[in-house]
Order: sequence, then structure tokens, then C-alpha cells
Amino acid sequence: MGLRRWLGILPFALLVIIYLVGSHLRLTDNPDDKILPSLAHMASTIDRLAFTADPRSGEYVMLNDTIASLRRLVMGIGASAIVGLLLGLNMGLFRGARGLLLPMTTFISIVPPLAILPVLFIVFGVDELAKVMLIFIGTFPLITRDIYYFVEAIPREQITKALTLNASPSQVVYRIVLPQVMPRLINTIRLSLGGGWLFLIAAEAIASTDGLGYRIFLVRRYLAMDVIIPYVLWITFLGFAFDWLLQSVMRWRYRWYEG
Amino acid sequence: MNSENLKAKNLLHLENVIKRYGGKTVLDDIDLSVAPGEFLTVVGPSGCGKSTLLRIIVGQEQASAGDVYISGAPIDFPNAHRGIVYQKYSLFPHLTVLENVLLGKELGQSYLQRGAARRQFNAEAMHYLERVRLAEHAHKFPHELSGGMQQRVAIAQALIMKPQILLMDEPFGALDPGTREDLQVFVLELWEEDDLTIFFVTHDLEEAVYLGTRIIVLSQYYTDDRPLAATSNRGSRIVADHQLPKTALATRAKTASEFQELITTLRRDGFDPQHLQHIREFNLKHPDSFITI
Repeated sequence: MGLRRWLGILPFALLVIIYLVGSHLRLTDNPDDKILPSLAHMASTIDRLAFTADPRSGEYVMLNDTIASLRRLVMGIGASAIVGLLLGLNMGLFRGARGLLLPMTTFISIVPPLAILPVLFIVFGVDELAKVMLIFIGTFPLITRDIYYFVEAIPREQITKALTLNASPSQVVYRIVLPQVMPRLINTIRLSLGGGWLFLIAAEAIASTDGLGYRIFLVRRYLAMDVIIPYVLWITFLGFAFDWLLQSVMRWRYRWYEG
Repeated sequence: MNSENLKAKNLLHLENVIKRYGGKTVLDDIDLSVAPGEFLTVVGPSGCGKSTLLRIIVGQEQASAGDVYISGAPIDFPNAHRGIVYQKYSLFPHLTVLENVLLGKELGQSYLQRGAARRQFNAEAMHYLERVRLAEHAHKFPHELSGGMQQRVAIAQALIMKPQILLMDEPFGALDPGTREDLQVFVLELWEEDDLTIFFVTHDLEEAVYLGTRIIVLSQYYTDDRPLAATSNRGSRIVADHQLPKTALATRAKTASEFQELITTLRRDGFDPQHLQHIREFNLKHPDSFITI
């Protein structure tokens, strides 16, 4: 491992050490302290939430929370990606679509999504739809505009060139433009996932009966840091895994894009 | 020869072509007729509109006035009759070299036809890649090739369509001198072997004189009967039109004294903002040259 890798690990190690020392000091002072639980305590909590079925319902709490949250996130971001791709593509290709949609997309992108969360709850109810809609509204304007700018920047020469190679207008879209947009879309999704998580947890914190964000805000009342810290680390890991997954797709399918 | 006869005889025919952007005239009354098999080179100072002229001929832009004919038929949107090679952006970055060359064969075919003819298309594409000496790079992406190699792919990509005329817009402008010279020889070889008709835009006078069988100079530096105050809005015209001796592949012709003389004359007539010829003094010696009134 190179020096750079070690340097990267250093802050993490420092953070863990500071935590452990702090936790040790507080727990020797007061064994019932909840703010900085010991590793053993957290391990037993993880075991209870993740690997032991709930005695009443027979379900695994952390697994259920994860599935519920990921479902909302994937639906919200997925809808954003599809709508953003379609709108962006049409805006980039057709002047009429641009005139019709660009001001509206810009407007929506500036409205703070969390400010209209109450509206979403009123309009879509407090069930799944409102949460998915929050993620959707929070992420699709950015994806739309990014795809639009990308399509618009494709040189006119490429279109002319395709026409001199016998391409029909629909072939220009499906064989020339769309394949070049796909890697860009994946990159935009990667950037949008951060916002997606933010909106997901916000929505779950306010009105939900399951989900990772719901759990964190539920146990906050009991100062249950032994639940909160593992959950936060788990969410971070999931975010990292998504990013890695999309990056792998890029490397596998779109080798030409990086160059 | 009058313009009707020229139009019937020649491959490419432009009459009274004018291009304005807003109030600014870029091309003013271009009359040009190009015989099949000609290697026409177009030179002129920067901003003279030579690339605009090429874009009008390919159909990427429309002339503000005037007519353009290919084989006697007025042009429409870009199509496979007119092949094009740009300085860049000719290749599609998401396709491999082979796919880029194959593309023209595949497009315009239905899915089933494509499947049936795949083997034949592939063989044809590989044949063209061999001709441009890039067969071993068939499965690379454009960004993995040097600039000169990319241009050779672009030429193969255009030639596989067997266009009636090949338009080239400063194709070697971004290459280093050595590669540039290789490609000049190379394009001359292809021109001879395939009996191509080439419309070649360049800002390099030496390149133009060396490659072409006919050279035209497009320039905004001239005067006519309009007062000089209007100079700023004079669109470019063809100020010189010469036949060039066929010297294909005699590489060192570049240094011959008659070429040097011609280059000096053309540079003075077309590129010197101080040297303003009157419109009646233009040196339009080529037999296909004509002016409509």
C-alpha cells in the first residue's frame, strides 16, 4: 500500500481513537452513559436489530428498514432518471420542447424540495407516494438540465455526418445521441444520489412507520446512540455501494466515455 | 461555356449563392461549377467563409439566396451522395473504429437486412480499414488513436458510402507537419485509385496548390463599383480560379519555381488586405469558371 493510501486512512483512525478514548472516559465515569456507547454495546445492538428476529413479529428490523428505504430511493431516483432523460433529450433536440419546458424545469429546480414537503403530504397522502415524490422532485430537475446541456453540446457536425451516412432522423436519436447520453446519465445519477438520500431520510423522519431514517429519528428520543451510529454507518456504506456499482457499470459498458 | 451547359456537364454547380448572417454578408454571389474527377481546393483568409460554403454544399446550412446542384438536381438535407470529413467531430466517440466505418452500411437498412448482410458489411469495412492501413486498430475507440489515424478512419468512414463528392473541411489542419504530409500523399492516392471528386477546404496555400487539380481563392479583400465605405459588408467572392497541372504523387513539386510563383500571386490576390483588386480584374482562368450577371 502506498503512502497516499496510509495518509487517507489516518483521519479515520484518529476519529476512531478519539471516540474510543471519549467513550471509555465517559463510561468509567457513568456506566449508564448513552452518548458514546462502547463497541461491545453497539455490537450487541446490531446483533439484536440485524441478526435476531423480532420476538413479536418474527421480522428482522434492520433488514425491513433497509428494504423499505431502498425501495423508496430506487423508485424516486429511477423515476427521476427516466423523466430527466426523456425531458433532457427532447429539450436538447427540439427547440419547441426547450421553449416549453426549460423555464418550468429551472423554476422547479430552484424551489427547495423540503419546503414543499407538507404540500406533498397533503396531495399524495402520508404513504409511500409522497416520499417517492419528494425524492423525484428533489432530483429530476438537475438530471433533466444536465442531460439537456449535454445533448445541446453535441456538435452539429456529428448530426450532419450521421445524415451523410444514411441515418434517418430517428436513427440519429437512437444510434448517435442516446448511446452518448447514457454514460452521462449514469454520472448524473451518481451525483443525484446524495440529494436522494437527504430527501429520503427527511421524509422518513417526518411521516413513516419504517425505514432507516424513521428508525434513527424514532430512537433519538431515547438517546439511543447505540442504534444511531450503526445505522448512520450502514447508510454511508449503502451510499458507497451504490456509487461503486454505478462506477463499475461505467467501466464495463462505457469504456470510451472516460477518454 | 454558359452556365446551363456547365450545370448539365458538371457534378457540382453553384449559382448566385449568397449567405448572410443577420445583416452581415459572408458569401456574395458565388458562381462555381466543378467537373467530376476534379480535386478542387478552396483557400482564403480566415473568416472568408470557405467553411460556410462547404456547409452549404453538404446541406448543413442553407444559402440565403442562390442555387446549389449536385448532378443537375438541387440539393436538400445532407445525404449519402455527399460525404464529409471535418477537422474533428467526424468520428462517433462511442463506437469503435470498425463500428464507425460500418455505420454507414448499417444505417438505412432494416434490422433483418442488417443481420443477413453483416458478414459482407464487415468484410467491406475491413477492406476500407486495410486501405487506410488501420486494420489492426479495428477494435479500438477513436480516443485511443492519434489525430492522423482518426482522420484516416474518418476518410474510410466517408468513402465506404461511395459518395459522388467528398467534402473535406481543413481535414489536416490539426495535425503535425510530418503526419500532415503523409496524409496529403495518402488522400491523393485514394483520389487517383477511386476516381473521387474532392472539395477540399484549407487555409494552407501550399497544401492547396500541391493537392489540387483546380484551386479557387475566396476572399473579402476586393473592390467593386460600390463606394469604399461599404467595404465592411462586402461578402467574399471567388477572386482567383486556376487550373493546376496534374502532379499527383510527385511529392517534391512543392518546391518547383512555377508553384512558388503561383503561390506568391495567389497570396497577394487573396490574402493581402491592402491589395484590393477590382472585381473585373479577377483572375478566373479555369475553363469551368463563369460569372452570372
